[in-house]
Amino acid sequence: MTTDRQFSSLVQVEHLERSYGSLCAVADISFEVHRGEVLGFLGPNGAGKSTTMQVISGNLAPSAGRVFVNGVDILDEPRAAKAELGFLPEQPPLYHDLTVDEYLSYCARIHRIAREHRAGAIARTKERCGLGAVGRRLIGNLSKGYQQRVGLAQAIVHAPAVVILDEPTVGLDPIQIREIRGLIRELGGEHSVILSTHILPEVQAVCDRVLIMHRGRLVFDDTLAEMQQRAQMSWLVVGLRNPPPIAVLSGLDGVTQIEDLGGGRVRLRHAPEGGEFAERLALRAATEGWKLYELSRERRSLEEIFVDITTSDTSTDTSPREEAA
Amino acid sequence: MMVLAIAGRELRSLFLSPLAWVLLAVIQIILGYMFTTQVDFFLQLQPRLAVTADAPGVTEIVVGPFFGNAALVLLLIVPLLTMRLISDELRNRTLSLLFSAPVSMTEIVLGKYLGTLGFIAVMMVLIALMPLSLLSGGALDFGLLFSGLFGLFLMLAAFAAIGLFMSALTAQPVVAAIATFGALLMLWIVDWNGDSKVFAALSIVRHYEPLLRGIVSTRDIAYYLIVIFAFLALSVRRLDSYRLQH
Repeated sequence: MTTDRQFSSLVQVEHLERSYGSLCAVADISFEVHRGEVLGFLGPNGAGKSTTMQVISGNLAPSAGRVFVNGVDILDEPRAAKAELGFLPEQPPLYHDLTVDEYLSYCARIHRIAREHRAGAIARTKERCGLGAVGRRLIGNLSKGYQQRVGLAQAIVHAPAVVILDEPTVGLDPIQIREIRGLIRELGGEHSVILSTHILPEVQAVCDRVLIMHRGRLVFDDTLAEMQQRAQMSWLVVGLRNPPPIAVLSGLDGVTQIEDLGGGRVRLRHAPEGGEFAERLALRAATEGWKLYELSRERRSLEEIFVDITTSDTSTDTSPREEAA
Repeated sequence: MMVLAIAGRELRSLFLSPLAWVLLAVIQIILGYMFTTQVDFFLQLQPRLAVTADAPGVTEIVVGPFFGNAALVLLLIVPLLTMRLISDELRNRTLSLLFSAPVSMTEIVLGKYLGTLGFIAVMMVLIALMPLSLLSGGALDFGLLFSGLFGLFLMLAAFAAIGLFMSALTAQPVVAAIATFGALLMLWIVDWNGDSKVFAALSIVRHYEPLLRGIVSTRDIAYYLIVIFAFLALSVRRLDSYRLQH
């Protein structure tokens, strides 16, 4: 059983549930993370991202469901499972009274790196995270950006198969964000990375696959390319010199949503089905004499997709900023 | 191995903060003063002791009461030593480092406890130096001295276990210190209410006094070991509960 899991994926989450008292933070989530994949975990605040990551990392026990890391159940054999895990929580777990070297050496020890490999592992990690120059400085005196890097170093010093990062770029300046993203991208090569964020460009920049959580549920699970394709496939802007009543357009086969832009232009949403819808529309316009002068696919930003997905079951009048901030 | 790594960091952090040094200094000054007054008392008594047959020796007169007082002073000090053990990690959210590492809750608790015992051992060495200084002026009853030191160590180890548990209960170190102090004082005075056998058995002092008189009995040792194991086990459970619910 375990060998089977090892080949297919590094992390398996099965029907995970977690509640705090009567509040259900995570409800019945299942997903997998494959080897070498960077998985982006998206969702508005309070969606259950952090809870899910804490459960996967063994910091919280699930109310129901199972988590396998590299084929090992984290509840049955926490020690074996955690050896393959590196976790950077929202607030990096740093001891401010230690120097970077002391701290990393402590982390290496509790992660059971043999004494003879310890110095090498620490040196490698420091170099990767750009900490070479600050090894002898106290963590408490480092800037936020460097502290974040130390946190990241802590998560990868034992070369785990799975690295879990909870909002790793919060509070960093744009240059530091770029560096950290570069590092995450690089990590994706040999480790599997689970990355939670609510910054959408970050997902576009580093992730292979996207999970969107909303109110404790998984509402989207697909590759980034798929997500973008799906987004641009389903919206059309149509301009007609001689438009029929809106009701006729909204009555077209496959139309799910319609928006009047004025001056004979409408924005149509249709079921994703490839290009046939546009062809049929053009044909219809020609036969009915609607005088089609514009027919374009509308590219929607990831942000709009995100808002679309996470607000589809709630009222849509809150602005996307408020929802995602 | 893991236990030692955690204990090492704990001890290191203690000595990196001024707290450990200040505690050691204060203890040394106060106990030093107590010790000299006790020696003074012995010197006043000496002419009369010289003419008494079968008189108590210097170890009995100086070391016994000195260790008795030392325990009372350390009852005030140990809560300050143990208050930060876990509550600091709760407050700074650093516990997740240990929780995500391949380390069991028992190892975390034992590591932290061992680190504290390490500090207590340093303290004990400094305290033991005082009676040992009497060797410059005469002989000592080493059996009595070591049973007293052993008793003091058991007492402090029990204090530390209770302090560790209190520290696991709250994210506020001061609250942990006050709760530890309250619990220790309660155990100290629990037999004041009369002749109740139950309270006498619970009293932490009643199990200390025989050791100061040189009587090493399994009864008293068992008392301390039970207190230590009970509170360490409770601490493990408490840590585990942070994983189960928030």
